[in-house]
Amino acid sequence: MRTAFIQELFAIAQKDPRIVLMVGDLGFGVVTPFMEKLPQQFVNAGVAEQNMTGMAAGMALSGKIVFTYSIANFPVLRPLEQIRNDICYHNANVRIVAVGGGMAYGALGPSHHATEDIAVMRAMPNMVVVAPGDPVEARLATQALIKHQGPAYLRLGRAGEPLVHHTPPHFEIGRAILVREGNDITLISTGGLLPEAIEAAHRLSQGGINARVLSMHTIKPLDEDAVLAAARETSAIFTIEEHSIIGGLGGGVAEVLAESGISIPIFRRLGIRGGFSSEVGTQNYLRKRYGLDAEGIVKTVRHALEVS
Amino acid sequence: MSLSPEERLELQKLAAKVRRHTIEMTHKAKASHVGSSLSMVELLVVLYKKILHIKPEEPEWPERDRFILSKGHGCASFYALLAEIGFFPVNWLDTFYQDGSRLPGHATHTYVPGVEISTGSLGHGLSVATGMALAAKRDKKPYRVFCMLSDGECDEGSTWEPALFAPQHRLDNLVAIVDYNKIQSLGTVKEVMDLDSLAAKWRAFGWAVREIDGHDIDAIASTLSSLPFEPERPSCLIAHTVKGKGVSFMENKLLWHYRSPQGEEYTAAVAELEGQE
Repeated sequence: MRTAFIQELFAIAQKDPRIVLMVGDLGFGVVTPFMEKLPQQFVNAGVAEQNMTGMAAGMALSGKIVFTYSIANFPVLRPLEQIRNDICYHNANVRIVAVGGGMAYGALGPSHHATEDIAVMRAMPNMVVVAPGDPVEARLATQALIKHQGPAYLRLGRAGEPLVHHTPPHFEIGRAILVREGNDITLISTGGLLPEAIEAAHRLSQGGINARVLSMHTIKPLDEDAVLAAARETSAIFTIEEHSIIGGLGGGVAEVLAESGISIPIFRRLGIRGGFSSEVGTQNYLRKRYGLDAEGIVKTVRHALEVS
Repeated sequence: MSLSPEERLELQKLAAKVRRHTIEMTHKAKASHVGSSLSMVELLVVLYKKILHIKPEEPEWPERDRFILSKGHGCASFYALLAEIGFFPVNWLDTFYQDGSRLPGHATHTYVPGVEISTGSLGHGLSVATGMALAAKRDKKPYRVFCMLSDGECDEGSTWEPALFAPQHRLDNLVAIVDYNKIQSLGTVKEVMDLDSLAAKWRAFGWAVREIDGHDIDAIASTLSSLPFEPERPSCLIAHTVKGKGVSFMENKLLWHYRSPQGEEYTAAVAELEGQE
């Protein structure tokens, strides 16, 4: 995803001098072509995310479209007050880009696990929150965010994620993408777990359960129509995210459902329960550990359907 | 720049008027931070009347010099000055802190012409100012960016991040002004977090530094008319000031970081300032 993002940004930035890429001294090998070819549109803020974020607001208020870029929590939690007061309050055109959303930097340990970022960014006024499901969505999200007015958070995976979309889908901020038709249950996925959700749907279909899969690449504003349609047309909703079950996609969908008055017999949030991981592990290992791989999703779905 | 006697008198009178507004506003609002508002009045008056390239009738003029009040809690005198020079009607000052009004207790850009950015949490303004200065450099625009900091704000680590960045990028269009009134929230600067030597600290980070008496109108005007202090370096003006300046019983008193002038204190403060107008 980060490659798709940086390639797309680089291509557009060559034609649009308003675009600035600002990094917190990270991105070796990834941002290098941008840095070398477009030095006037590149800033390395050093290991100083608060200043990076405040400066991004200042540049945006001077007519730039600024992408701040760092890994995991660094561009999000460290400069949170700068995001709120300097970017959001001024509705500044800054896009905060975090590479390694979720547990992409698994074995680096919990300091590098971005697992509360969606909840925190969702709460920020004016902030749009986007977590693409594959490199194609990452590319389309980058294009859309350049046109968007106001602040945005772009949560990316790392590198080497499988392609889900083989032809570019219609991409619109705030509109879920229907990846798989189905009328028994709905799997709503955000971010890099999309391939796991699709694989889970495939396995469930072999047992006669026909699962709809939505790629909810925008968590804020949430596509309420798609959620409510799922509630009306299918009998169970499962949200799937590499994030705490508190305040992220699952929280957002729960809010929509609770306020709608539409009763849905089964609703489950799949995500990280219990806080910091107590074991070392790669992303794949930790996903399995938290039941977020295809096998874990299938297990949760089957259990929920049997219990009911 | 040297000031004529008439110019000096006009600036002194404007400073007294801004101070009187400040007392009236904080009195009516029962607001804190009167001491912080009073210490920077001469700096604001000279900046807005003699130094900044601005058009009060066109607040968003693209070529304007930018001014950021990073010490947003001192906004009473800032609002008063903006009103006096024509950014918005003077009668708005009566609405400071009032329900449904536009002027809250920290500098706010929403619906307040002339306020460049909102502040209130310390340690934010200099980063935003640095971003604006960097954008001006990249776009080859001539405008300059001024940022007023408090001394207490120099406790914030985030003040020193742009302090490192700006010299690295030779932002000689950036000016930091420290209103060094030597009193912070719970005690004197010396007691709480000694900044001595503040000039040496900024110099060590790569800034061109000048130190002046921040109430000496001639010194402020002449110093700020020789910007940048050194080519290819950001400029830092350390203005030695007196907290609560202009109202004798408020000067150098920690109490007036919090206390709002009421009753006899209010009457006495207004009388003292009216004598200066």
